[in-house]
Amino acid sequence: MKADPKGVLTGAHFIDGDHACSEGAIAAGCRFVAGYPITPSTEVVERIAERFPFVGGVFIQMEDELASSIAIQGAVWGGKKAMTVTSGPGFSLMMEHIGYAAMTETPCVFVDVQRGGPSTGLPTQPAQADMMQARWGSHGDYGIIALSPNSPQECFDLAIKSFNLSEQYRVPVLLMMDECVGHMTERVVIPRSDQIEIYPRRYYEGAKEEYMPYAVNGGMVPRMVKAGDGYRIHVTGLTHDERGYPSMTVSAQEKLVRRLVEKIRLNADAIVEYKEDQTDDADVMVVTYGITSRVAIPAIEQARKEGLKVGHLRLVVVWPFPEKRIRALASSVKAFVVPEINYGQIVYEVERCAAGKSPVELVPHGGGSVHNPKDIYNAIRLMKG
Amino acid sequence: MADELYEIEEAVPVNTVEAYLRTDRLPHIWCPGCGIGTTVNCFAHALETSGLDLDKVAVVSGIGCTGRVAGYTNLDSFHTTHGRAIPFATGLKLANPRLKVVVYSGDGDLTAIGGNHFIHAARRNLDMTVILVNNFIYGMTGGQVAPTTPLTATATTAPYGNFEQPFNLPYLAESSGAVYVARWTSYHVRHVTKAIKEALAKKGFSFVEILAPCPTLFNRRNKLGDGLDQMIYYRENSEIRNGADTKTIGLGFQGKIIVGKFVDSERPTYLDMMNEYYRKKFGDTYEEYRG
Amino acid sequence: MTTQKEKKVRGSVVIVGERCKGCGFCVEFCPTDGLKLSDQYNVKGYHPPLLISEELCNGCNICGLMCPDFAIYGFIFMKKKVSA
Repeated sequence: MKADPKGVLTGAHFIDGDHACSEGAIAAGCRFVAGYPITPSTEVVERIAERFPFVGGVFIQMEDELASSIAIQGAVWGGKKAMTVTSGPGFSLMMEHIGYAAMTETPCVFVDVQRGGPSTGLPTQPAQADMMQARWGSHGDYGIIALSPNSPQECFDLAIKSFNLSEQYRVPVLLMMDECVGHMTERVVIPRSDQIEIYPRRYYEGAKEEYMPYAVNGGMVPRMVKAGDGYRIHVTGLTHDERGYPSMTVSAQEKLVRRLVEKIRLNADAIVEYKEDQTDDADVMVVTYGITSRVAIPAIEQARKEGLKVGHLRLVVVWPFPEKRIRALASSVKAFVVPEINYGQIVYEVERCAAGKSPVELVPHGGGSVHNPKDIYNAIRLMKG
Repeated sequence: MADELYEIEEAVPVNTVEAYLRTDRLPHIWCPGCGIGTTVNCFAHALETSGLDLDKVAVVSGIGCTGRVAGYTNLDSFHTTHGRAIPFATGLKLANPRLKVVVYSGDGDLTAIGGNHFIHAARRNLDMTVILVNNFIYGMTGGQVAPTTPLTATATTAPYGNFEQPFNLPYLAESSGAVYVARWTSYHVRHVTKAIKEALAKKGFSFVEILAPCPTLFNRRNKLGDGLDQMIYYRENSEIRNGADTKTIGLGFQGKIIVGKFVDSERPTYLDMMNEYYRKKFGDTYEEYRG
Repeated sequence: MTTQKEKKVRGSVVIVGERCKGCGFCVEFCPTDGLKLSDQYNVKGYHPPLLISEELCNGCNICGLMCPDFAIYGFIFMKKKVSA
């Protein structure tokens, strides 16, 4: 279905990534946001606070991130699309509730505008060091989807995509921005509402007495209902059966948790998204995501100028990780170079999938700024060697 | 005068409160003599005469023995994370203001880990009914000290006796801004039922504290007998003082219990404030938010 | 169909023995002392209550209100006057 025109600010804007994210959420139909101020994400909720009264949304600044991350889930069960926004320290606080959303299959979006860590770290400076936490941050087994925009335009586009994926798979989706992309001001083109594709919430439409909240009937994603429609549902974070009732047995655990993991894993082909450039003849493959993808470009161009065959694989969806593509490339390339603003996170996924067929070189950066392209170039040269 | 004769219907009526329960899950998990079941009984009776559309009543609970209430009510029910029933309920209510949202949880869940959310929801006067069952202990996890454990009572994490001053919950609720505050014990079944009914009908943050026995942990550890002994203690030591100053009604260890309705005031709710404020500021360009 | 001459309030209880946990609330708080815990066991090993005599029950349902386990409830006999 198409976006509600009420929320779409069609036109060309000169705004930063945070603000573009707000607009993307509104365009996607988000009408409930609970948040807590934390640099460098605060601008997202500030713009939401300004816009929501005029698009029929409710914004509430909750008392902390713990409250924000669960309030949005209450709003989802009340029938709204909901989002919360934070950065590293808040992201850590939200982990329990990301797990609750995964366990109860509550579609919602969590935005993490990453900054230097650990702990209070560098509040106003970028990093990409929450990427593994995005996959594994909550306790227990579950599948998750995480996206990585590299421009304010993508903050808008991927915000919409985040909502769509969360509804499609009834899973929390993490939009992993970073301070650089969030605070960078660029041209953002917002299309007409009829050009924006929205995935509506898939509500159950059958007989009330036959409804089983967590039955999948051969598929992988149960149909949802909302409170107030007379279904008298029960939702719990305890391991539950198809009725939603707690069933703390080995067999219930196997049935439920396996499905939560496989819901994403087995649908990975449909979910993964990456952009490739000059990969056909590549000897060295530079694998990037987020802002680093832009910093890598001058390094790759310089290397190409010097006759090196360098390709660029940019992850748009970071989780689920594009295992198949990396596995395939590992057989044809001579090396991977993975620059990221951390001391090694996604590089381990590349290594895992390369399975020894190709060496993988990390270009780390502790955070606080983006890489110097020269460091990426040097790594390319090193691996070409 | 001729003898009057009466015909007696032999058909046995059903227990009407069962309609409000998930009877397929009974018997429930609470211990013999635990007071939580009694409070749920009162809740069901209150719902029965409340006139509410039950499809629109949602129960949100946290983690703990009382947190299991959500699972036994035949309503849209949400068993959330420890301490976070109130913020979940906040989102639920704001997303659909037509819902009647009831938070039903325990003393540890709502005032320890959930304390922050409790005071903010009361401050905001969010329209919800909070039923707090106070058994002075963390029951589900084996009997640890709670912010409501009276001075000198023992618990597994206060093995020599609690030396921390407990909360006076009605005082906390009132000072945070609750518009309805009452305390009863699970002995006072008719009062509890009436208080819940009033709290459900009330607009704003309504708070009902219900003391309940925890025979397995609080009672046993403190050598207070079983659930029945505690109910008799409630009967013998409660004093009804409606309108009492909440500052003065703190609870000691097996001391006097002041029960009653302490606060019943009026204050605009969060959504009332929001809509009124934006209407004033923006006039007709603002469309009132109704969900 | 039975008839009775007196207009005194009469009632009885329904006991769902399998839910009972033998807490004793109903026995203690019955205003007419009409209940006692039986010698029977339910499947969990508890002694459910029994009504000592129907003469004692007035259907007040205090037992039903207090029971934490929904194992008992009282009801008043519905009567209608029959001409003599």
